[in-house]
Amino acid sequence: MTDVIHDLDTRRLLCPMPVIKTQNKVRTLSTGDCLKVVCTDPGALNDIPAWCRINGHEVLETGEQGNECFVVLRVGEDNGALF
Amino acid sequence: MTQATQPIKRRAIALVSGGLDSMLAVKVMQEQGIEVEGVNFFTGFCVEGHTHAIRKKDKDKEKRNNSLWVAEQLGIKLHIIDISEEYKDVVLNPRHGYGANLNPCLDCKIFMVNQATLMINKAREFAGDRGFDFIVTGEVIGQRPKSQRKETMPIISQESGADDRLLRPLCARNLPPTLPEREGWVNRDELHDFSGRNRKPQMALAKKFGLDDFAQPAGGCCFLTDESYSNKLSDLWKARNERRYELDDIMLLKVGRHLRPKPHYKLIISREEGENRFLEGYRYMFSSITTVSCPGPLALVDGSFESDEELQQAAAIVARYSKGRVLDEVTLEIRQPDGVARQVTVRPAQPDDVLPAWNVG
Ligand code: SF4
Repeated sequence: MTDVIHDLDTRRLLCPMPVIKTQNKVRTLSTGDCLKVVCTDPGALNDIPAWCRINGHEVLETGEQGNECFVVLRVGEDNGALF
Repeated sequence: MTQATQPIKRRAIALVSGGLDSMLAVKVMQEQGIEVEGVNFFTGFCVEGHTHAIRKKDKDKEKRNNSLWVAEQLGIKLHIIDISEEYKDVVLNPRHGYGANLNPCLDCKIFMVNQATLMINKAREFAGDRGFDFIVTGEVIGQRPKSQRKETMPIISQESGADDRLLRPLCARNLPPTLPEREGWVNRDELHDFSGRNRKPQMALAKKFGLDDFAQPAGGCCFLTDESYSNKLSDLWKARNERRYELDDIMLLKVGRHLRPKPHYKLIISREEGENRFLEGYRYMFSSITTVSCPGPLALVDGSFESDEELQQAAAIVARYSKGRVLDEVTLEIRQPDGVARQVTVRPAQPDDVLPAWNVG
């Protein structure tokens, strides 16, 4: 069975907006859900994985395609929905 | 020891800017066994992040968001909150006025601590034990002329609604005891009494904690403390005849050379490749000028031309910053946001044609 992958488009947004959008999207997901974030600010390739490490989410894949980057993550135990 | 006799683990939420002071404040709390989570507020004026993404000269430095990096070093969770919309009122109508530039530091601090207060109230309501007991900041008395004075500390505590749930571990001993101190959750004797602009005590404490890689913003944590940036923001308000801004406006003020040849239009001219790429993303919102016959910058036109002469003048100015500046003629393309474009050929402006007074910032 393949996991459903949710999508988030943060193209054209600059740091820290891609992280904020990711955080806010994750709050709406459940533990174990997967999310693919697409971005154009290459800084997000550092920031989103750092945010995942801090908040206990797993980074499954990162990559670059042309001017775009992406991060696939799996939501950890706490989706941070309190805030 | 049984579960019942173990002391309750007290929890604090710390304002994490990404600088050294908030990092130390969190460390001091962790040393006392307090469990800390961080919160970082995105106002739109933050220095870090996008500026690295934009400017090519910063490319060699690793691009990182300092608050995330700090949180990772400290081993704490970090919540990043977008307050850019609500923050407009702080910038436009600060009750306590501005600092040296357009920085409303005191109102800003009150606003942020208030946001943190709302967060801990909400957490207490919904999370019970997993809520937070108090708020921590890295403020130091006397460090900033406007917001961090001994008289302003109680103002921040009161007007934010945090009251005695606001603890400043780096200067707490210069202030009346707060709730966490009175309740014995933290030991006041192990808090600090830093004051003034001397950074030596912070450096010593950093050393003691083994911290050696941290950001040290000189003026303040945001662009509003920057004179040139504040001038550009004032100019924007003057040109529009009203004090307001959108997020895109304040982002664009961070980038490029800003020239205002006429009250009704301003040129934002890229100075290097990174800025070029950044401004490229705004061509669907603004008319833009690029050189065709030689390499040159990308310029956005904020406002509009009242005559063809003005358009020619703007083209000549942009040509001045292109590789063709010494040539007799340069061809440029002026493109509207909808993609409709036309070309003009002009003589590049001469150094004396670009008046110093046009320089915004
Ligand atoms: S420097 Fe900027 S972010 Fe820092 S307190 Fe002042 S206004 Fe707020």
